[in-house]
Amino acid sequence: MSSGKHLKGVHVDHQKNTAGMPIIPMPVPERVYIPMSMHIGAPCQPVVAKGDHVKVGQLIGDCDKPVSAPIHSSVSGDVEAIEQFMTQNGRVDTNIVIKTDGKQEIAETVVPPVIESREDFLKAVRASGVVGLGGATFPTSIKYNTKPGQVDTLILNGAECEPFITVDHAAMLAYAKDMVDGMRTIMKWLDIKRGVIGIESNKPDAIAKFNEVLAGDKDIEVLTLRQVYPQGAERVIIYECTGRHLIAGKLPADVGCIVSNVSSVLKLQQYLTTGMPLVSKFLTLDGNVVAKPQNVEVPIGTMICDVIEQCGGLKGEVKKIILGGPMMGRAIPRDDFAVMKGNSAILCFDETFATQRKETACINCGRCVAGCPMNLMPARLSRAFKDKDIDALREFNVMSCMDCGCCAYSCPARKQLNFEIKQAKSLVMEDDKKKKAKAEAAAAKAAAKAEAEKAKEGGSK
Amino acid sequence: MANYIAPVVLTVVIAFIASALLSLAAKFMAVPVDETAVAIRNQLPGANCGACGFAGCDDYAAALAADPEGIKTNLCVPGADGVAAAIAAILGQEALDVIEQVANVRCSGDCKATKSEMDYQGLKTCAAVKGFFGGPGVCKYGCIGFGDCERACPYGAIQVCNGLARVNREVCVGCGMCASVCPQQIIDIIADVKRVYVGCNSADKGKDTTKACSAGCIGCKLCEKECKFDAIHVVNNHAVIDPDKCKNCGLCAKKCPKKVIHVFPKPNVKPFVKVDAAS
Repeated sequence: MSSGKHLKGVHVDHQKNTAGMPIIPMPVPERVYIPMSMHIGAPCQPVVAKGDHVKVGQLIGDCDKPVSAPIHSSVSGDVEAIEQFMTQNGRVDTNIVIKTDGKQEIAETVVPPVIESREDFLKAVRASGVVGLGGATFPTSIKYNTKPGQVDTLILNGAECEPFITVDHAAMLAYAKDMVDGMRTIMKWLDIKRGVIGIESNKPDAIAKFNEVLAGDKDIEVLTLRQVYPQGAERVIIYECTGRHLIAGKLPADVGCIVSNVSSVLKLQQYLTTGMPLVSKFLTLDGNVVAKPQNVEVPIGTMICDVIEQCGGLKGEVKKIILGGPMMGRAIPRDDFAVMKGNSAILCFDETFATQRKETACINCGRCVAGCPMNLMPARLSRAFKDKDIDALREFNVMSCMDCGCCAYSCPARKQLNFEIKQAKSLVMEDDKKKKAKAEAAAAKAAAKAEAEKAKEGGSK
Repeated sequence: MANYIAPVVLTVVIAFIASALLSLAAKFMAVPVDETAVAIRNQLPGANCGACGFAGCDDYAAALAADPEGIKTNLCVPGADGVAAAIAAILGQEALDVIEQVANVRCSGDCKATKSEMDYQGLKTCAAVKGFFGGPGVCKYGCIGFGDCERACPYGAIQVCNGLARVNREVCVGCGMCASVCPQQIIDIIADVKRVYVGCNSADKGKDTTKACSAGCIGCKLCEKECKFDAIHVVNNHAVIDPDKCKNCGLCAKKCPKKVIHVFPKPNVKPFVKVDAAS
């Protein structure tokens, strides 16, 4: 049931060159480098030591903080080192280096969990190590830990609106039944009445597949979304599926929704049935210098250069490597970073795609405003950012921006609007922090003063 | 002719009425001004740099006029001794000495010494690029060189030459605006009398630092052994000078194998030559 109304967006060139290609498992590399912070929240601590023998699915990193997800070994082999170095996030992080033995023995701990209650289910979700696999990497156990009765709709996000990426499409074709089973399990334990599967209209075979699997299920429906970027963004898909507005700073649960990526639900269902936690990732390898564009299943921790090499290598000089889609993905300066839980694509481009065209002056055409799904005024925000005018940034609601990049994509002056707005957001956040610290200091001072006066009064009495 | 007289007379009459109203308003609606504050404000340089700890020159002047006993008259670093003496004279106090300060960049890695590891095409500001793999350079501790400090400096005393921020000590007044915007936090504000400083901030081990930059401190501790005053120590893999103990002898600089300890010439010798970026 679509609301009939739509949020704005931009029409991007889909470039789904790998559409319809099956997901091929990649051979296990010689070494994997598993970072201890692959999710939003507290980083994990290694629970293995150098020299230990680990098996596939064995717990190697965990954390007692609630907002985190445990990390499991993706290979069998020996822990060669536990080192600090920079990961693809640009942060220096603890990494577990495992030298593989090629046997891929399954750990003894890999057994399907026994679930009898909601608490058991949430525990199992955490133990699965699943995080938001669409790229946000928010721990799924926290997302599902809602108040009973708060959520009435589970949205399965199969929009895949970014150009080039086709792994979710391939996974939906191959594992539609598992995904629907996963949805039913989640709906059962979290007591959710309605399920919606949102798929963009450029994947008619996936829509047909789900309709076939559902076979007239009354609780779950398949919703065809328009082919407009960014349909897969959380706030957009909630609006398209339910007509509810999710404002900045609120969680989907606040408007009665849970949005999960198709791959997240699939990995969760696989854990619930087989006990194998999240140890591999589906990736699209594409771009105009990739010799054989394809979809692959990669053990987490594999070096990106190994993935490219195993998949046929490059046919030209690579100038830019992007992890994720070209709209919201992140360029990396080198190719020796490990694949993490949140990656969904490796895109390699040559000079023609990698050159930033010259920025010219804003002509006030308003295309950024016409493209912004959040109804912001990106050019105005950019000006306020250049003036470091924090009040104006707040007034024009900069925190509503979700970094989708529609403004910069549609800008004829090629202004880096989303980059500026991202910086503007961090400026506002810093200011908030300062204000909070100031208020706290003032409150502490007032409290101390009141106490001193009280003591004085007590003394005079 | 008569056509002109009426409007001219009317304009003149309106002007007289308006001026009368204005002069009355100026009398009755006047805001009382603290003469002392105005006098002090006239002495201050007006850069609003905030080095005194107040929101600007106006704020400092008002605070001084309101509380001449509690607030010191020598807080204006850019104004130096002259301004401090003038303010003290206005308030009828004894003149206090101002400790002149200068900014100091703890990095020597210009384009010749170190390289960029990526072809960065995003926003060309240090604050923006810091969030992207810690900057485009191979060394993640040194000067990024996009000139946030240059844009922040109200005096034009810090400039990026060959990818490295350099301070003109003749012009710098030590207000600290550059230090507050530097995302790498490699700009120190030190007393102007200190002429020896370490031009490296790398926390990497010596081997990695050498790989990244030919002008990096490798933590060899030769300076530590050479120093007669126990003023220089290797902390976090790079040498750090304790300004309270340093006597400006420059022995450490002579011994340094990587030549990253710099000694500024004594005052009145021009230390800074702007190098053209193209050359």
